[in-house]
Amino acid sequence: MATSATNGLKKKPLNLRRKTRLGEMFIQGLLFFSGIFSIFTTIGIVYELGKEALLFFQMPEVNLLQTLTSVEWKPHVGKFGIWPLVTSTLMTTVIAMSIAIPLGLSVSIYLSEYASPKMRSILKPILEVLAGIPTIVYGYFALMLMTPLLRNIFGNDVVQIYNTASAGLVMGILILPLITSMTEDALSAVPRSLREAAYGMGATKLEVALQVVLPAALSGIAAAVIIGISRAIGETMIVAVAAGAGPNFTFNPFEGAETITGHIVRISGGDLAYDSIDYNSIFFLGLLLFVITLTLNIISQRIVRRFREVYE
Amino acid sequence: MKEKIIHTDYNVNIEGRNRSGTAWRWIFQASTIVGILALVALLLNIMDASFGYVAYEAKVNPATLASNGVPLEEQSKEQLVALLQSKLSSGAFNKLDKDEPFEKRSRANVLQIVNERIVKYEVVQVWDLWSSLTKSAEIKATVAKDFPQADLKFISWLTADFITRPQSSEAITTGVRTAILGSLWTILFTILFAFPIGVGAAIYLEEYAIDNWLNRLIRTNINNLAGVPSIVYGILGLAIFVRTLEPLTSGEIFGLVDATTANGRTVLAAGLTLGLLVLPIIIINAQEAIRAVPQSLRKASYGIGATKWQTIWSHVLPNAMPGILTGTILAISRAIGETAPLVVVGASTAISFDPTSPFSKFTTLPIQIYQWTSRPQPEFRSVAAATILVLLIMLLSLNASAVVLRNRFSRRY
Repeated sequence: MATSATNGLKKKPLNLRRKTRLGEMFIQGLLFFSGIFSIFTTIGIVYELGKEALLFFQMPEVNLLQTLTSVEWKPHVGKFGIWPLVTSTLMTTVIAMSIAIPLGLSVSIYLSEYASPKMRSILKPILEVLAGIPTIVYGYFALMLMTPLLRNIFGNDVVQIYNTASAGLVMGILILPLITSMTEDALSAVPRSLREAAYGMGATKLEVALQVVLPAALSGIAAAVIIGISRAIGETMIVAVAAGAGPNFTFNPFEGAETITGHIVRISGGDLAYDSIDYNSIFFLGLLLFVITLTLNIISQRIVRRFREVYE
Repeated sequence: MKEKIIHTDYNVNIEGRNRSGTAWRWIFQASTIVGILALVALLLNIMDASFGYVAYEAKVNPATLASNGVPLEEQSKEQLVALLQSKLSSGAFNKLDKDEPFEKRSRANVLQIVNERIVKYEVVQVWDLWSSLTKSAEIKATVAKDFPQADLKFISWLTADFITRPQSSEAITTGVRTAILGSLWTILFTILFAFPIGVGAAIYLEEYAIDNWLNRLIRTNINNLAGVPSIVYGILGLAIFVRTLEPLTSGEIFGLVDATTANGRTVLAAGLTLGLLVLPIIIINAQEAIRAVPQSLRKASYGIGATKWQTIWSHVLPNAMPGILTGTILAISRAIGETAPLVVVGASTAISFDPTSPFSKFTTLPIQIYQWTSRPQPEFRSVAAATILVLLIMLLSLNASAVVLRNRFSRRY
């Protein structure tokens, strides 16, 4: 401007616009890349698993119809029926959930409604320890303690050394802390005023817990159960150690039967040759697991979002 | 209009309701006790197998291997090598030398080979802690009658020697040094890979991301990835790190191995696979830690003219760091216990050499537990139990450090 030139001082016009800082932009770019990296992981999973699964179905020995209908999975004679793996997966999951749901609900109701703060401060770390034990240790436990126990109770000729019942029961113990902590969060989120209103009406503690708090937290509990199922389907080491090697189409929980995850672990131990039929089949089975667990996780998130009771 | 029904003789039944209240209370408590009992049973089960009597025989009596009156245990490395050369076939000796030259081997390693190949200790029977304590006399009688040649000893399978010895094929001489080092090497690469990307992603999501479809997609995606079964990550690792990136993960592009023998089933591939697995956990925990830093701190920093990155680097991150580190430690303890993805990626189970570089073959503690648990011989069950104890002690110390970190540095605003 004209006046600034006259008094000899070179005064620049004050620039209040935001500076472009290259360093900051570079850092922001890096951070954005880190953020978007997880999307690449998902794309990687879908692409790699999908690609190899397609190759699996292009093999001359395999056809889609047979895979979906046959009850025999015998790779060495070219039979790839998915059902024996699916039924044993379902069986271990059902057994696990029949332990984990009632126990998990009871423990979480006890923790959130009955236990004193001191009791809770003792019990919650114990559950955390239970949740932090690696699954292979649970596998050892299933084979070394649960199986002999079942064999003692039902007889050695009824219960085989490897069986889905033992794996399922121990898996229930594994999932118990997960269901308990999610359910307890849901129960604690129910506002105090609801409980107090019920007490004011003359309800007993049990009635408050079961008829007021539990229904109010139902969406959270449903989400916990679904996450538990998804975890049980994807659980690997317990079934790999204790449920038996070899696909077996059976509904007898005392017989050995290989689950989807157990099968993947068994055939990929050792150097699996690339592009062999076994190599491609684990990608198909992996894709199946991915789709099932992803669907369950999404359903669980939807339930929470749609049915959550919102209190101010 | 409907007629309203008014209960004049409404039965309150206080007693009945209270009774069922007490009954259910017992059920809830009993369930909790069942959970605790399961944990106790699990730990006792492992302790039971980790200690106890073992009866073992030697194929060749070590006393006969003394040279010039020096017993086997005290011979020098050169004497031991000479012993091996004289007792083993030249083919077997040369193979050992080819695996790793004898000049480079330690004395302990050579002694172990002597024990394994010449003395050949063999376990004939093991007893668990409970029966060792309660039926001691009976066990001694059985051994004296059935295995007169055997030595009977009460041992702890978990010893300092067990931790420092490399792996071998005999239960009584095996150790977990190879597996411990394998676990540590793998975890090192998991951290190097997942920590920067995980914290970066958390900063991006908490500080930079505006509410648009892409960022919502990233958030949902991270939550979904956290629920993907670990074995799926193993399959992904097999396809990407082991196969597609084989030149990198085998060290071929660095000229370390020949292209014809390159194999991507290495420490590096395993570490990166576990890195992908724990990434969502690190991101979610770091996001929570960053969110807990109060807004007033950021505003004060902007108020004195700091840029966005200066604010994050000097104020947000230092305050969130204890939370971020705690979350990372928890993610690491998850990674240390993972077995399934590493089996799929291709851990080697029978190696007795320590991993020395990112491109070494590897085995880890959980892999060894799986391997030993799957063997039919009962003595390997005891070895597996001792390995579980090593793993649990490692996890316990990690978790303890997380708790200390949380208590020491946590601040409240």
